[in-house]
Amino acid sequence: MNLAIRDVRHNLGRFALTAVGLGLLLMIVMGMGGIYKGIEEDAVLLIDELDADIWIVQNETRGPFAELSRLASSVEDRAWTVPGVSNARRFITHTVQREHQGRSIRISIVGLSWPGDQGHWLPIISGRTLSQGHFEMVADQTLGLAVGERVTLGKDSYRVVGVTQNMISSGGDGLAFLTVSDALAVQFDSTGEATRLERAARQGRAEHTDLVQSQPGMLERASLPAGMIPALGSSTVSAIMVNLKPGVDPARVQSVMEGWADVTVYTAEDQRQLLLQGPVDRARRQIGLFRVLLVAISAIIMSLILYTMTLDKVHDIALLKLMGAKDRVVIGLVLQEAFLLGGIAYGIAYLIGERLFPFFPRRVIVTTDMLIWLAFAVAVICVVGSLLGIRKAMSVSPNEVLS
Amino acid sequence: MKNRTHAPAIETVAISKIYGSGNTEVVALRDASMKIERGEVVALLGPSGSGKSTLLSAIGLINPPTKGQIKIDGKVVMDGPKSFVDLQRYRRERLGFIFQKSNLIPFLSALENVLISLSISGVEGRPAKRRAMELLDSLGVADRAKNLPAALSGGQQQRVAVARALANKPSLLLADEPTAALDSKLGRQVMELFREIGHENQAGVLVVTHDQRALDVFDRTMYLEDGVLAEHEVSPKTN
Ligand SMILES: Nc1ncnc2c1ncn2[C@@H]1O[C@H](COP(=O)(O)OP(=O)(O)OP(=O)(O)O)[C@@H](O)[C@H]1O
Ligand SMILES: [Mg+2]
Repeated sequence: MNLAIRDVRHNLGRFALTAVGLGLLLMIVMGMGGIYKGIEEDAVLLIDELDADIWIVQNETRGPFAELSRLASSVEDRAWTVPGVSNARRFITHTVQREHQGRSIRISIVGLSWPGDQGHWLPIISGRTLSQGHFEMVADQTLGLAVGERVTLGKDSYRVVGVTQNMISSGGDGLAFLTVSDALAVQFDSTGEATRLERAARQGRAEHTDLVQSQPGMLERASLPAGMIPALGSSTVSAIMVNLKPGVDPARVQSVMEGWADVTVYTAEDQRQLLLQGPVDRARRQIGLFRVLLVAISAIIMSLILYTMTLDKVHDIALLKLMGAKDRVVIGLVLQEAFLLGGIAYGIAYLIGERLFPFFPRRVIVTTDMLIWLAFAVAVICVVGSLLGIRKAMSVSPNEVLS
Repeated sequence: MKNRTHAPAIETVAISKIYGSGNTEVVALRDASMKIERGEVVALLGPSGSGKSTLLSAIGLINPPTKGQIKIDGKVVMDGPKSFVDLQRYRRERLGFIFQKSNLIPFLSALENVLISLSISGVEGRPAKRRAMELLDSLGVADRAKNLPAALSGGQQQRVAVARALANKPSLLLADEPTAALDSKLGRQVMELFREIGHENQAGVLVVTHDQRALDVFDRTMYLEDGVLAEHEVSPKTN
């Protein structure tokens, strides 16, 4: 006969309430792990999807995912000349926050090297990739934009042609993919007067540069939008992504490019590690500490409820001891109640979490590893939480039946 | 093991119990010596505070005496506060207890309350269930087997408590004012039950009671006053 289950049934209301409370707490513990995992996956996902072998970033920086990186877009042309390079693309990213239909959305804009890169690698769930060089965008579903919708950024409006899934910046903002020139136009959008002055100044600069000798057309283009003249003026990008021909050793190409004084070069793996060790690692430790605190709180709540449940049973425990029950019967009673509480709370955490996490603004990824870890943590909580109750139960003397 | 039946179910040799010390010292028992044979049903009388519960709990191995010996089935189990046996085991195998009230575990049904006692004694499964139902039936509460104690009347609760106390076939049944919560008619019925049980099961029975009217049920009456034990050899039926 199982005493624990019968006692629980007798105190069902209180027990259920505690189990729900504890379950919600465990759900948060689970969710926090999932949030971290989500941050990690989101961060790495973009790098993986972009699928570059080598990243060229601003000198002495850790790249556009960790900090601000700006380098001249002409580095792309230089990259093309390195033996073994099969492709070089400009990468540009920056975050804007705009009003759209009465709500404020944060968009992390990523420029695609049109026409070389039309975004065919994007995980598109509806619509299509970019099909023209201007005024189209592919937006992540977290931005809440539908295919066909128009979003005004800077002076122009961009039509959403496709929607992606899980494309999120390391800062948690949904990504929108534009062509590089559109992305630059959004980034360097300024007032008409400022633009006019800048173009005049640019023309002035162009007249004094050797480039005009070798590329006569450049002078005319100097007064066009900045995004259209990569060789002139303030045209900078966040990074250059390089792909290598099959069989080429990334380390060799890396060492060649590191000879250039104005850039720092990472392999894709370096870039991933930098990301995971930098902002993501801090998030991990932050979240980890919270989880430890929550686990401790869970243990305290568990202790408290098991202790009071034991106090309520002092007379019954005395009676059991009077009947000659062995210590393990009494310890088992408290411990089983602890595990029942822990088990039910765990189930509640899992079931509610499963339904609730998809509505969270950021991805919450609960892995099997994490579930196992939590089950282990709950088992520890149960044992620790029942210690106080067990100590009380052990100190009950059969004599107390008389009182 | 046979010789056990020839030895008294319980015997105390000059046991004393002193609670507290110094100014607050209370001598609850003074050199109390007594003996109950198997099959003998004995009443213990005495004014409030005279030490009846103290004596019962000492015999029940739940409240050790300050000095003196306790023998169960002929074997010295306690000498002063020192014990010579596994007390839990002795209680499990040889003793049955019934108190004034709250004898039952509130979250177990009547049947389960009996079953738990059997389970503690190592009887489980079908045989346990059969024995428990037999006991409840013989006490007239079989029809309430599935009910929680809270759903039973005081008399029914005490019958279940008796069934539970008898489950492990104790050689000594100890009852502390078992009928105090019952009306006199029911109280008398329970007392008669003890008598039957003691005689049928060859168990020693010691019942603490205030109820003078039911004393004729007992084989013998002992009297405690200020911790001092005296025997009433004559049945005080005429009181
Ligand atoms: N735990 C204890 N600590 C100190 N003194 C105690 C304790 N238990 C009992 N006593 C004292 O010992 C004496 C005997 O108490 P006991 O409970 O044995 O009396 P009783 O005969 O059962 O009384 P009643 O008929 O009221 O139940 C009393 O003076 C009581 O105050
Ligand atoms: Mg008493």
